[in-house]
Amino acid sequence: MNNKINRSGYFSKGLFSRNSLTAFAFLAIPLAVYTIFVIYPVLQAIWFSMFKWDGLGPMTDFVGAKNFLKIFADPVFRIAIGNNFKIVFLSLFIQLPLALFIALIIARKFKGAVVYRAIFFLPYILSEVIAGVLWSFIYNPQFGIQNTILVKWIPFLADFPFLGSPTTVFYSIFFVMIWKYFGLHMVLYIAGLQNIPQEIEEAARLDGVNWWQMNLHIILPLLKPTIFLSIFFSIVGSFQTFDIVWAMGKGEPVNAAETMVTYMYKFGFQRFQLGYGSAVAIVIFLITLIVGLVYQKLTASKDI
Amino acid sequence: MIIGENRAVVSFKYLLMTVFAILTLLPIILVVVGGFKTLAQLRLDLFGIPDPVMWSNYLDVVNPERSMFFVNLLNSCIVMFITVALGLILSSLAGFALSRIKFKGKEIVFTFFLLGLLFPPAVAILPLYIELKTLSLLNNYMGVVLPQVAFALPFQIMLTRSFFNQIPIELEESAYLDNCTPLGFLIHIVMPLSKPILTTVALLAMVTSWNNYFLPLLVFNDEKLFTLPMGVMSFQGQYINDWSLVLAFISLAMIPAIIFYLIAQKYIIDGLTGGAVKQ
Repeated sequence: MNNKINRSGYFSKGLFSRNSLTAFAFLAIPLAVYTIFVIYPVLQAIWFSMFKWDGLGPMTDFVGAKNFLKIFADPVFRIAIGNNFKIVFLSLFIQLPLALFIALIIARKFKGAVVYRAIFFLPYILSEVIAGVLWSFIYNPQFGIQNTILVKWIPFLADFPFLGSPTTVFYSIFFVMIWKYFGLHMVLYIAGLQNIPQEIEEAARLDGVNWWQMNLHIILPLLKPTIFLSIFFSIVGSFQTFDIVWAMGKGEPVNAAETMVTYMYKFGFQRFQLGYGSAVAIVIFLITLIVGLVYQKLTASKDI
Repeated sequence: MIIGENRAVVSFKYLLMTVFAILTLLPIILVVVGGFKTLAQLRLDLFGIPDPVMWSNYLDVVNPERSMFFVNLLNSCIVMFITVALGLILSSLAGFALSRIKFKGKEIVFTFFLLGLLFPPAVAILPLYIELKTLSLLNNYMGVVLPQVAFALPFQIMLTRSFFNQIPIELEESAYLDNCTPLGFLIHIVMPLSKPILTTVALLAMVTSWNNYFLPLLVFNDEKLFTLPMGVMSFQGQYINDWSLVLAFISLAMIPAIIFYLIAQKYIIDGLTGGAVKQ
């Protein structure tokens, strides 16, 4: 064996006298792209958030924390943040259980599971914009299900306004989110279930355990890491909701379907209040971070 | 047969799953079929078979004089290909340095990259917009590509680095004895051996880029640069009263993603779940 070779890696100490230079050559471009387009704008957002600025000319109007106070005083922002949390909780209590239920059924000993899995996952690969416009059609009062199904078969829903009314628009959009994303969570659960050894299940069956007992007391505890992970994805994703809401009426009518990101977009790019918009961005970031950290703390203590 | 499960239970499960499957597919089917209907039939007969069959809706959508469909499609492809190629190159370079090269500050650099996992694009979008304007990257493919690449890098580097870590040291030794440079080693030995992880990186980048709407919405003002999701929105706005035409447009816009999904389904699902579930 060549004695020049260092077992901890050949580009490591002693072989190359200029290792740091080599490393720099490899890292320069990735670091530059990442710093310029991620880190720098994030830092700038913090800076911007303390000014009143329309994006033109120099930033001179320093307002300190005023933007942040204004955000929480704005009833529209309260609707927006409320909607984001509603998405989190409804996903937790409707979407994820549904995904889990389906996964438990088709994950094992289910002929044709591959086909079912493929169908349930299909909406996930469509873009949110396409999903949104597609469902805008389904919800359309003249062309969608209203005329054809509701009026004829479910008369008490004949006037259900879907996207047309502030009381129903949020839930109509949330339904589309379930449709689009339950397949993703299902796929995660199926992958998790496939990691659980068959023997455990067979042993339990021999002990006369029924389907419910099996899933509740044996499978679910073993699936905990996957469930925690899927909840985490769901939470983080919920706070970023934009495309689907934008495609289904831009948060209207009367801001009823607004989310934090659509709110930020409206202030930043439609009213050109870049300082205020940046403050909203920082709030979104902090909320995501705090909820994420709290969540990780909570789940970590329950031995993940 | 399965112990403890009688036929009734099994049949019920199939019935239930089939109902769910139909409900999942129904909106998509209604849209695709709806694209073949006249506006009048669409209004009255959502579930009917198209009568007469209106090929003209679909023909209008692919007619460059009536719609920008192919322009949108081409733009989506261009943005996606550059994003994927750059992502593969940059994450391989960085992942390699952070995995196989020893240098001072390695952990700091890695942590610096991981920091990026905390920032969703929305946080940086306003300053990013100003920055792209300053760099004259608005209405430029690279104005979408570069931020897309940058925001994907942290996760991609995490994947490549951990995969490159597993490449046996003996390969390095023999490469070194053959006077192979670090870059040569990366290109000729490490990357070919890392196909599974590079496939995952590429597929995730493809899906993200293809579906991205937020960033192109800000960067592209010029209709000639619109990507497919933007095209869908703008076409719908333009033909707000002609739903059968809009349905034809959405149907065609779904096709590339669906074909891609049918071909690469296993890899997409493995890519999404593999990194997450199997440790």
